[in-house]
Amino acid sequence: MRVPVKYIPLLATAFVLVCLYASGCIAFDGFGSLRVVVDLFGGNAFLGVAAVGATFVIISGGIDLSVGSVVAFTTILIASLLAHGFSPFTAITLALFSGVVFGAFMGYLIAAFELPPFLVTLAGLFLFRGMGFMVHSESLPITHPFFLDTVTDKLAIPLNDRVSIPFTATCYIAVLIIGIFLAHYTRFGRAIYAIGGDEQSAGLMGLPVGRIKVLVYALSGLCSALAGVVHTFYMSSGDPASCVGMELDAIAAVVIGGTLLTGGVGFVAGTAMGVLILGLIQMLIEFKGDVNTWWTPIVVGFLLLVFILLQNVISAVSKRFVSRAANPASAKGLPKGQAA
Amino acid sequence: MNSVVTAPAPAPIKSERFQKREIRWWSSLLWPMAGLGLLLLFNLIFTQGFFHIEIRDGHLYGVLIDILNHGSEVMLLSLGMTVVIATAGVDLSVGAVMAIAGAVAAQLINRAGVPFPVVIGASLGLAVVAGCWNGLLVAAFDVQPIVATLILMVAGRGVAQLITGGQIITFNDARLSFIGNGSVLGLPFPVWLSFGMLGLTALVTRKTAIGLFIESVGDNQTASTYSGVRAGRIKFLVYAFAGLCSGLAGLVACSNIKCADANHAGLFLELDAILAVVIGGTSLMGGRFYLAGAIVGALFIQTLTTTMYMQNVSADIAPVPKALAVLIVCLLQSPVFRRKVMAPFRRKRA
Repeated sequence: MRVPVKYIPLLATAFVLVCLYASGCIAFDGFGSLRVVVDLFGGNAFLGVAAVGATFVIISGGIDLSVGSVVAFTTILIASLLAHGFSPFTAITLALFSGVVFGAFMGYLIAAFELPPFLVTLAGLFLFRGMGFMVHSESLPITHPFFLDTVTDKLAIPLNDRVSIPFTATCYIAVLIIGIFLAHYTRFGRAIYAIGGDEQSAGLMGLPVGRIKVLVYALSGLCSALAGVVHTFYMSSGDPASCVGMELDAIAAVVIGGTLLTGGVGFVAGTAMGVLILGLIQMLIEFKGDVNTWWTPIVVGFLLLVFILLQNVISAVSKRFVSRAANPASAKGLPKGQAA
Repeated sequence: MNSVVTAPAPAPIKSERFQKREIRWWSSLLWPMAGLGLLLLFNLIFTQGFFHIEIRDGHLYGVLIDILNHGSEVMLLSLGMTVVIATAGVDLSVGAVMAIAGAVAAQLINRAGVPFPVVIGASLGLAVVAGCWNGLLVAAFDVQPIVATLILMVAGRGVAQLITGGQIITFNDARLSFIGNGSVLGLPFPVWLSFGMLGLTALVTRKTAIGLFIESVGDNQTASTYSGVRAGRIKFLVYAFAGLCSGLAGLVACSNIKCADANHAGLFLELDAILAVVIGGTSLMGGRFYLAGAIVGALFIQTLTTTMYMQNVSADIAPVPKALAVLIVCLLQSPVFRRKVMAPFRRKRA
């Protein structure tokens, strides 16, 4: 009974994705072309990369609000390092390194002092937004040939004579595959699920809860920084004011992808579908042309609602099958079922 | 609500609890006040004319008055946020609800023949409805508060834009702009509004049993349900109240600049409000709340912002000191941190 229940949110997400895509294909000429699919991956690559990191954090039972700021900081850091004559390799390495160190620091605060992740990463949001402006207060163009190559077809993988996979999409797919591998085929991944499911039990089982948490936030910092790198590929510029509120898109993608915000349940692949759904909604509205942009947040909000309620129904149903004895009331809000 | 106020609580115990809370209430203000005092001390030494207040045309002018005035939006929000956080919840949608309230007010005031009370009523009413929606999701559907209010946070700005038609709507109504710009007895009206709401909220929560119920639900929902507190109703109520506070803040915000901007009204103020509540000593775990602390927290944030402006710190870099303030406050409130770092200090005091 457990296995199908576990996959229902994933199937629901896939269903919505297919429905959206099919409706686009029916409504608009040329929506079904390979080019649209490629654009969907390429244009949402930076969000997708960041969302992979957010998935791990949320599965571990935490939350990361600093995503958008770290992305913006990374873009301006790379742009300004390049402007000072550093090589792209050095610039990207430094940017990724700062993302990891910063993420690990937040993780350390959360793990060592038992601070709420919400507040610590909120501080991160403020800190990196301000630091981005400290690096350079305005948007800075990137003129280095390597970064220009990432936009043109030079680094793209040709599919046929007209369409090729852009470099950003290649990066995204690579991160996605690594993310899925980490989550489901490594000890680290299993530990994250265990901590998200029940931190206390995970600790009692002998898992190094603190260390895993630090690693999870470091991973999220890395993903955010990587998303920033992909964003510089995409925009060919660095901007400290960009990506405001992107963490919300990432969290929305994770939730639509079927991951529980209480932790312990979720799939990286689901998040990828969530990102594509967000991208598809945007693209459908662009194709339609005469629809106002404010429908995007409303539709996204509605989808969030549907998936959250679906999750609730599923968890209520699955609880009926799992014996309560193995699931004593913890402080995390489980008593709600017993209280009713 | 009447049926809720029947929880069996023997009178003598109750009064003892209230006495205890009174002591806590003052001691809880110590840290936020110390922070604010430190900031003011810094300004006394380094910022010229910070404490200068003068009376011009019967109005008080000065940096301190400005801080009170500009801090009023976060003060209003933090009142609602405090009671929500006291139930171990959080409301991320307050900024979006502000935008909705402002949009409704601006749209209606420009329509001829709509009486002023209806404008205010509709705007606040919709804000309360938005709060009720959050409350419904949290209380009836048991959705995690962060997620439940995330929906409205995302969708709310869309709704506000839907109301304004994607335009920035300006208005020129003296009554509506009085809310944000008028002054009574020398003090700006938003200041009266926020302190009035503080008084009202404190009265309702501390002089009736509701405050106790809110704390009990936040502390242990199961236990309070078993002892006869209708946890669902209390939760629903606090989110509705947060909606009302957001509506008031939204009115102040749109009245201040005489226009409704669906995209930017109250943007990220939910973060400031949560921060104010936490600085005020209310734990995100719920179970206890300090309204006056939240107000001091809101003033602390506003003083910090104003200080940075007056020290010629660029507005773009201003988040950095704010981030450091968040971290310091979090660490000071963390029991683990206190145990580890401040142990000798604590022992001396006790």
